[in-house]
Amino acid sequence: MAQVLLKDLNKKYDEVHAVKDVNLHIRDKEFIVLVGPSGCGKSTTLRMVAGLEEITAGEIAIGDRVVNDLPPKDRDIAMVFQNYALYPHMTVYDNMAFGLKMRKFPKAEIQKRVQDAAEILGIQDLLKRKPRQLSGGQRQRVAVGRAIVRHPQVFLFDEPLSNLDAKLRVQMRVELKRLHDRLETTAIYVTHDQVEAMTLGDRVVVMKDGWIQQVGEPLELYTKPSNRFVAGFIGSPAMNFVDVGIQGSDSSLTAQGTGIRLAIPPVNASQLGPYKGQRVTLGIRPEDLHIAAGGDQAGYVFDAVVDVVEPLGSEILLDVKAGPNSLVARVEPTVRLKVHDGVRLAVNPDRLHFFDMTSEKAI
Amino acid sequence: MVIERPWKRWVYFYIPLTLFVIGTLFPFYWMLITAIRPDAELYRSWRAVNNAPFWTLHPTLEHFRDLFEKTTFPHWLWNTFFIAVISTGISLFCGLLAGYALARLKFPMAGALGTSIFVTYLVPPTLLFIPLADIIRNFQLGNTPWALILTYPTFLIPFCTWLLMGYFKTIPKELEECARIDGATRFGAMVRIIFPIAVPGILSAGIFAFTLSWNEFIYALVFLSSPERKTVPVGVVSEMIRGDIYFWGQLMAGALLGSIPVALVYSFFVEYYVTGLTGSVKG
Repeated sequence: MAQVLLKDLNKKYDEVHAVKDVNLHIRDKEFIVLVGPSGCGKSTTLRMVAGLEEITAGEIAIGDRVVNDLPPKDRDIAMVFQNYALYPHMTVYDNMAFGLKMRKFPKAEIQKRVQDAAEILGIQDLLKRKPRQLSGGQRQRVAVGRAIVRHPQVFLFDEPLSNLDAKLRVQMRVELKRLHDRLETTAIYVTHDQVEAMTLGDRVVVMKDGWIQQVGEPLELYTKPSNRFVAGFIGSPAMNFVDVGIQGSDSSLTAQGTGIRLAIPPVNASQLGPYKGQRVTLGIRPEDLHIAAGGDQAGYVFDAVVDVVEPLGSEILLDVKAGPNSLVARVEPTVRLKVHDGVRLAVNPDRLHFFDMTSEKAI
Repeated sequence: MVIERPWKRWVYFYIPLTLFVIGTLFPFYWMLITAIRPDAELYRSWRAVNNAPFWTLHPTLEHFRDLFEKTTFPHWLWNTFFIAVISTGISLFCGLLAGYALARLKFPMAGALGTSIFVTYLVPPTLLFIPLADIIRNFQLGNTPWALILTYPTFLIPFCTWLLMGYFKTIPKELEECARIDGATRFGAMVRIIFPIAVPGILSAGIFAFTLSWNEFIYALVFLSSPERKTVPVGVVSEMIRGDIYFWGQLMAGALLGSIPVALVYSFFVEYYVTGLTGSVKG
């Protein structure tokens, strides 16, 4: 159990500046997820915490100790890798016992801990097998088991579910979450999958190009993205973006885009005042678009043409065109619309997002 | 699956395979048949009546007896074995460490170093033996097994290093990283995790090195002179051909006995050997 502190962390390879001024306070017992597209520096950050990459500048503290110069074995951490990294020449038991043997635990203690871990993960019957005789999901469990027998201060997960098929991934995701609730060990989890990030993390760190974009609880990231990148990255299907100009008087501002004209809701009016006469990016989540009905206010509707219909069973994704803008709307499965049909859509006025065009920050 | 016509299988597979097998095995057959054929048959004119060059009706072990009684063949066998084992050991040890370092450690000029090690392997022994002979003479190692034990690694180490480097690169580096997090030092991870996984690669490098030094000819010819100090390949050729007379029976008997250990080594480890060269580690 320990907090982890990253202070002004930087990593430079010869030419590439992979991690830039990362500051992060990971609380004790917290499950934190680093998420971002490939090459965003999330894995490098994790590997620096593990001690597998040297730190170019900055400081990492686990508990009260600064660990910058400690080798991985002395940091009291355990790591689960994407390709499982099971030792192929050892049985499952020996794989799980390896870390304890290296630390010279008594035999009885090793046996007890391995048994306990195997029970938690439901792999008691596999202990005598070699890794090559296991399925992907079983290997993943063994890799997790190898991490938990050590009772480390921090768990590090490097895309541990990426090699599993979709169904198993969902199942293991739930198991990992349950495991964390049970063990209450600080965990740092790296993934490129925003669904994994949202479902697993107590807090989520979104990274891009080596910078931290936003740190927050999953729903906070979703409802209040701090910039356009986070807004587009979190959520599937992604948020719709439309370039609009801000017009009108202070009391009744409108967002005028090609093919779209929307009133600016009162909640956003004060922040958008200074942008009058300028262009901004309007963001609308697909579920905040619906087929207009009588109750919708006139200022918040626009006309569009259906481009693609994607029925998913529980909902329908409507890809529509409003002028040159492509938008996705998540609508009720009962809606019957065909390609090229005209449709009048309404937005949810409380849930519009606006982003500065140059800084891309939320307004 | 594609259904093939039987005749295609014969024309493209069985017949070429048969020809290849015959072509490969015939020299060994010829070696065997010559070794057990009495002199009277060996030195008979090719066109003599009843000449049967491909088999014998009077097999004899006379040549083997002569080999052991009239020459120092047992010494040669022992010399060859001793030299091959020790120089293989030295080369494997150096090759393991160098191969690991080149495959895993990041240090300046690693790539250039790897290439230059490989280039030394390309220098032909027929050029290299001249300066080496000078060195051997300066250290007064001429006509001792150490002359060969110390010169064979000049081509064995680059060979082992490259083979093992390639093998190490196929082993996912996460295995080692995981071991280091689990509590091993870098060296500990190498010895406990990487080396056991690399056994097929290490074995094939060892077999190859052993075979190369077992069969080596030119250095052995140059650096050793007294008959009892020679190795099998040199001894057989220099002591079984006196003047312009070839003692074919003994020559072939010696060659046959000399090739058996290598054949045995290969047949025992053939599976490791193949995976060692193709490199396959599944986590």
